[in-house]
Amino acid sequence: MANNSTDLPVFDTSVPRADDVSDATKEMVSEMASAADYFELLKPRVMSLVVFTTLIGMIMAPTGADGGVHPVVAFTALLLIALGAGASGALNMWYDADIDANMERTRTRPIPSGRVSKDSALGFGLTLSAGSVMCLGVFVNWLSAGLLAFTIFFYAVVYTVWLKRHTAQNIVIGGAAGAFPPVVGWAAATGSVDVLPVLMFAIIFFWTPPHFWALALLKNKDYTENNIPMMPVVAGSKNTRFQILAYSLVMAGFAALPALLGHAGLFYALFSTALSAVFVAMSFWLFIAPDSRQAAASKALFAYSILYLFLLFAGFPADKLIGI
Amino acid sequence: MKEEFEGTPEWSDELLARRRKRAAVMGWVLAGRVVLFFLVTVVKLGSNIVQRAL
Repeated sequence: MANNSTDLPVFDTSVPRADDVSDATKEMVSEMASAADYFELLKPRVMSLVVFTTLIGMIMAPTGADGGVHPVVAFTALLLIALGAGASGALNMWYDADIDANMERTRTRPIPSGRVSKDSALGFGLTLSAGSVMCLGVFVNWLSAGLLAFTIFFYAVVYTVWLKRHTAQNIVIGGAAGAFPPVVGWAAATGSVDVLPVLMFAIIFFWTPPHFWALALLKNKDYTENNIPMMPVVAGSKNTRFQILAYSLVMAGFAALPALLGHAGLFYALFSTALSAVFVAMSFWLFIAPDSRQAAASKALFAYSILYLFLLFAGFPADKLIGI
Repeated sequence: MKEEFEGTPEWSDELLARRRKRAAVMGWVLAGRVVLFFLVTVVKLGSNIVQRAL
């Protein structure tokens, strides 16, 4: 039998499923893993968004009389927060390996494809979680370490274990995990939390449902077959598309608040309004789109939502730089 | 379904190469950690390093 998901097996491994094999097999699975496989456990694409939003939180934090956090400490904080976020991704892959194996989008991940054993992924995730939190506490401050620990717990336990398979509100509530990084970044830089990072949290929090549901609409078959109660599975396409529009409007409101409350200037106000207007327009288009155009509209909104968050958050330091 | 390898698995060149590469990456990661810990320690101590009881 051939392993058709990787180009590895010199052994006739028959793609041992990592959660149902002997110790000898597990050992061989872990020997097959490359460093890149472990890196993939960290969900690098999600991690890049975490790094970016954390960095923005740190950049926007006031420097204070002492000139702010030292660049070496800032880099260390960024690295540790990224590793903590990645660790929660590894724990998510460990717990979700069974459903990942049945979904087209996730079946080539390291565990379901048999390149990394579940035990190795669990050990990797736990070690990185504990290590990143402890080091952040010792090297930077304990507020940011506590927030990072809570973020990891929220994603790995609250979202992955409690919410994902049990409620259609899974990614609404679970979205908080992805919204914490700018707050953690701000806390790392200042040792406190202020209004602006909380607004950044709210923007990402309300951005998550439209972003993820646009994808869920496209992958509805996979979620239905695996009994995962994503909103399109539970409430249907029409209801989900309405909720996407509703959340987009709320998100646009929060995106405008930093300027309205005086935490950002005119450039941010104009830039964020333009970006949010396009987001809401695309959500509206998805809502009214005929059946034949819905897949294209979902795909377009999903792609734009990623660009939106990057550009919106880039708008904060750009506004600070321009100073109008 | 329970699947097992029969007998003692042979180390192929591919697997040995993977293990070597993993070990090399781990070595670089550890070396990077040592450097980072050293730099952070120096930065955290700052000028306090000379303000100690003799």
